[in-house]
Amino acid sequence: MSAAADRSPQAERRDEGLRFYQTGTFAVGGRLLAEHQRTVQSQPRRPSSLTKGHRACQGCGEALGARYALDAALRAAGGRLIAANATGCLEVFSSPYPESSWQLPWIHSLFANAPAVASGIAAALRAKGREDVRVVGQGGDGGTVDIGLACLSGMFERHDDVLYICYDNQAYMNTGVQRSAATPPGARTATTEPLGGHPGNDFGQGKSAPLIALAHEIPYVATATVAELHDLEAKVARAMEIRGPRYLHLLVPCPLGWGSEPSETILIARLAKESGLFPVFEAIDGAIHAVAKIRRQVPVREYLRRQRRYAHLFADGGREDVIDRLQAAADRNIVRFGLLEGSAPLAGDLLGAPAPGELDDLSGAQAP
Amino acid sequence: MFSVRIHGRGGQGVVTAAELLSLAAFGGGSFAQAFPSFGSERMGAPVAAFCRIDQEPIRLREPIEEPDAVIVADATLVHQVALFEGLREHGLLLIASARTPQELGIAELGAGGGRVLQCVPARELALRHLGRPIPNVALLGAFAAQTGVIDLPALERAIDGRFAGAAAEGNRAAAAAAYSWLLEHSVGGAPPLASAGREGR
Amino acid sequence: MAEQIEASVAIATAVARCRPEVLCAYPITPQTHIVEALSRMVRAGDLAPCEMVNVESEYSACSVAIGASAAGARAYTATASQGLLYMAEALFNAAGLGLPIVMTVANRALGAPINIWNDHSDALAVRDCGFIQLYAADNQEAIDMHILAFRIAEQLSLPVMVCMDGYVLTHAIEPLELPSQEQVDSFLPPFAPRQILDPDEPMTIGAMVGPEAFTEVRYLAHLRQQEALDAIPALAQELSERTGRACGGLLSGYRTSDAALVVVAMGSVLGTLEVLIDEMRGEGLSVGALAIKTFRPFPRAEVAAALGGAARILVLERAIAIGAGGVLTDSVRWALGARQTPLHTVIAGLGGRPITRRSLRPVLEAAATGGLGELHFLDLRQDLVDRELARCRSSARPGPHAEAILREIGIVGAGPV
Repeated sequence: MSAAADRSPQAERRDEGLRFYQTGTFAVGGRLLAEHQRTVQSQPRRPSSLTKGHRACQGCGEALGARYALDAALRAAGGRLIAANATGCLEVFSSPYPESSWQLPWIHSLFANAPAVASGIAAALRAKGREDVRVVGQGGDGGTVDIGLACLSGMFERHDDVLYICYDNQAYMNTGVQRSAATPPGARTATTEPLGGHPGNDFGQGKSAPLIALAHEIPYVATATVAELHDLEAKVARAMEIRGPRYLHLLVPCPLGWGSEPSETILIARLAKESGLFPVFEAIDGAIHAVAKIRRQVPVREYLRRQRRYAHLFADGGREDVIDRLQAAADRNIVRFGLLEGSAPLAGDLLGAPAPGELDDLSGAQAP
Repeated sequence: MFSVRIHGRGGQGVVTAAELLSLAAFGGGSFAQAFPSFGSERMGAPVAAFCRIDQEPIRLREPIEEPDAVIVADATLVHQVALFEGLREHGLLLIASARTPQELGIAELGAGGGRVLQCVPARELALRHLGRPIPNVALLGAFAAQTGVIDLPALERAIDGRFAGAAAEGNRAAAAAAYSWLLEHSVGGAPPLASAGREGR
Repeated sequence: MAEQIEASVAIATAVARCRPEVLCAYPITPQTHIVEALSRMVRAGDLAPCEMVNVESEYSACSVAIGASAAGARAYTATASQGLLYMAEALFNAAGLGLPIVMTVANRALGAPINIWNDHSDALAVRDCGFIQLYAADNQEAIDMHILAFRIAEQLSLPVMVCMDGYVLTHAIEPLELPSQEQVDSFLPPFAPRQILDPDEPMTIGAMVGPEAFTEVRYLAHLRQQEALDAIPALAQELSERTGRACGGLLSGYRTSDAALVVVAMGSVLGTLEVLIDEMRGEGLSVGALAIKTFRPFPRAEVAAALGGAARILVLERAIAIGAGGVLTDSVRWALGARQTPLHTVIAGLGGRPITRRSLRPVLEAAATGGLGELHFLDLRQDLVDRELARCRSSARPGPHAEAILREIGIVGAGPV
């Protein structure tokens, strides 16, 4: 990674002992920053890859995230970018022909195959010697974590030159809010109603696509939320400096599916990170090298109570047991990823192994 | 039409033998169609391959049910596989073995209909000339000498087309040695090409 | 000039001479030799510029081809059997998007029970996916059809499936003529895509289409296939003029002009049929064969004309429409219109069972004299079926048919034992 790529506004200001945090929906003061430090979104001539007029719901985190991410990718690619999109909300709301919102070449093929279609585009460009044109694959959590995982894994292991972005809103929103493998425990969806003693979505299920990506030892894996625009753009820019498979997992609140206020999308995304429920990190070549520290830690209930998908945890005496388990999950993330100032990620823990020195020696251990 | 069935075990070059036979026939100006027995083949399991040779283009796609000659690359198959099945009258059974048909206990089995039973020490000749006991190419040398359906130079050209370097040289030597061996030791009665052709076109 | 060569290698060479830019495939018997040969050419640098993508499934194979084709590259893949069904969703998508992908299908049966041998169940199961489907009667035709396929595909902006019988054709080694690079280059111009993902002219591909336009979009796909009925014979003729031999087309007749009984078939059985017809003609029986080479689009008028003189028709099917009968039969009947020509369906060669002259002869003789039923299963072991049915009646939990039938038959070695 080049030194320039590391000069995020935060990094530069950190050197000066000064930090800007984004609060509310306004990007931190374009006027207060040097020209090169300003966000793509603050530029009057931003590309608007996903332009106005699309049919997303009010407060849609995915629409916001897609525009941020693709505009940053477009800038990094000098405007030469092709996108392959999985079936899902993003596809449906962006392309109600004849009113496509896409200002870049864009193809939607199927639900499960966006990573493979992106691989095919990359292969075509390579064969044609057009490596100036870059490729993005994208989809929701269903198209990525569930039905598209095989194609995604194949794209990773073949080392295809694709940046894949998962817009994670934690359920199948396009079909009416059904559970996906990215749905967190305790959350109510149309297929995880809190009935018969169930806490909403059950504990002990689901999977982490970023850690699965990490296990492929691809050059770049990162998570981000729509609450931190500078961070998101900086990660896209860094990913675009690298060739090969790259994975960005972006948390995008969904007011419809989460039962949240459209005006609180950014706030809820921030609380997901500040509570420790959604660790924001960056990994290069299979190893985590940076995490976004929690600035002002909040208990998970601050995050949960703003969403009607968790309303059953607070109604009729509530489910303190469930809230406690969710808090425990957040606390575990905080320790595992080293999310508090002054702490570091547990070495080796992320892929399930204890730290060096804590390994049991199995040789001969089973002797009768 | 002259049709050949080749038996052996996976790893003994049976499919290669059928291919080489077709290459040699093609090189000699005939039309030839070679094909393996279809299926999942495993090392050591019985396998078969086939070859049709004709002076006209070959249209048939059915299995060879009545071969003019059967070539056996592994003598341990003689009591496990129905080697004589469909072998026509006066047909040739050519076995890679240093023993005789009597010693192998198959003299009576194939005795009827004027069939010719011929053993050739193909493994031994291959070991001497190629350094490996792969009998397939030596068998084809013997087949050429016995039947005249292909000639030795065409077989040698086919070998050169399929192998390179030491493998080509060794196989050519093994084929030539088997060819000579058979001319000396032939039990006679090879089916001449002109009289073959039970399959039709 | 002919070479003595394995058909799969010949197909790979023909495909390579079409200068594909992206190849993608997942291994499945009996397609493997084609893809292995292409892979060697790419790795050795003999086929360049070309990217070979070893995908993790057939679904991805077709999807990579979709992406590559949409990005303006000439894309090729190959599969068979379960693999073709595994990519079913992507097949419809590729055709719906109008992407001119060329695919070889090394025809193989579908499970369960699992079976790796030849029949036409796979390609016929996806006959309505929107691909043009060509069926090769022999390996020379399979080679020529691949070159034809790229031209047809790109001219009409439609994907094309070249179907060739697994093992029977793919694994045969025989004299085959490969069109030279010059011949192919003069026949097949560089790919000029009708639609392309290009940053200089951004385009949205794959939008949702509702009831207001879906019928029209589908009708246009149908119309495009109807155009192929004119384009295929014209292009086959053009290729023939370069190669000096017949190169595919819609259909071809063998001794049909004066035949009382015409056998309609697709694929490699036609060679065996021709030999049998020559024999039977020698005995005074008036028999001919009609080869269907293009099944999608179905050449209805041409088939009707070719069958105009037939007193009886026998449709030889290498697949079964379970619960109905024959697949090809339905199309042939449709072609005949109001004509009441007696028509027999013979289901043959399922899961690799050889179709031999010995078995066909009595069936053709019976059909010629009206002694054959409407639906006949060639070489069906009725005794085995009856015993299995009896066994099932005797038990409340008889278990699966497949394993029981195998127990009944006992151990069968590979090949003729």
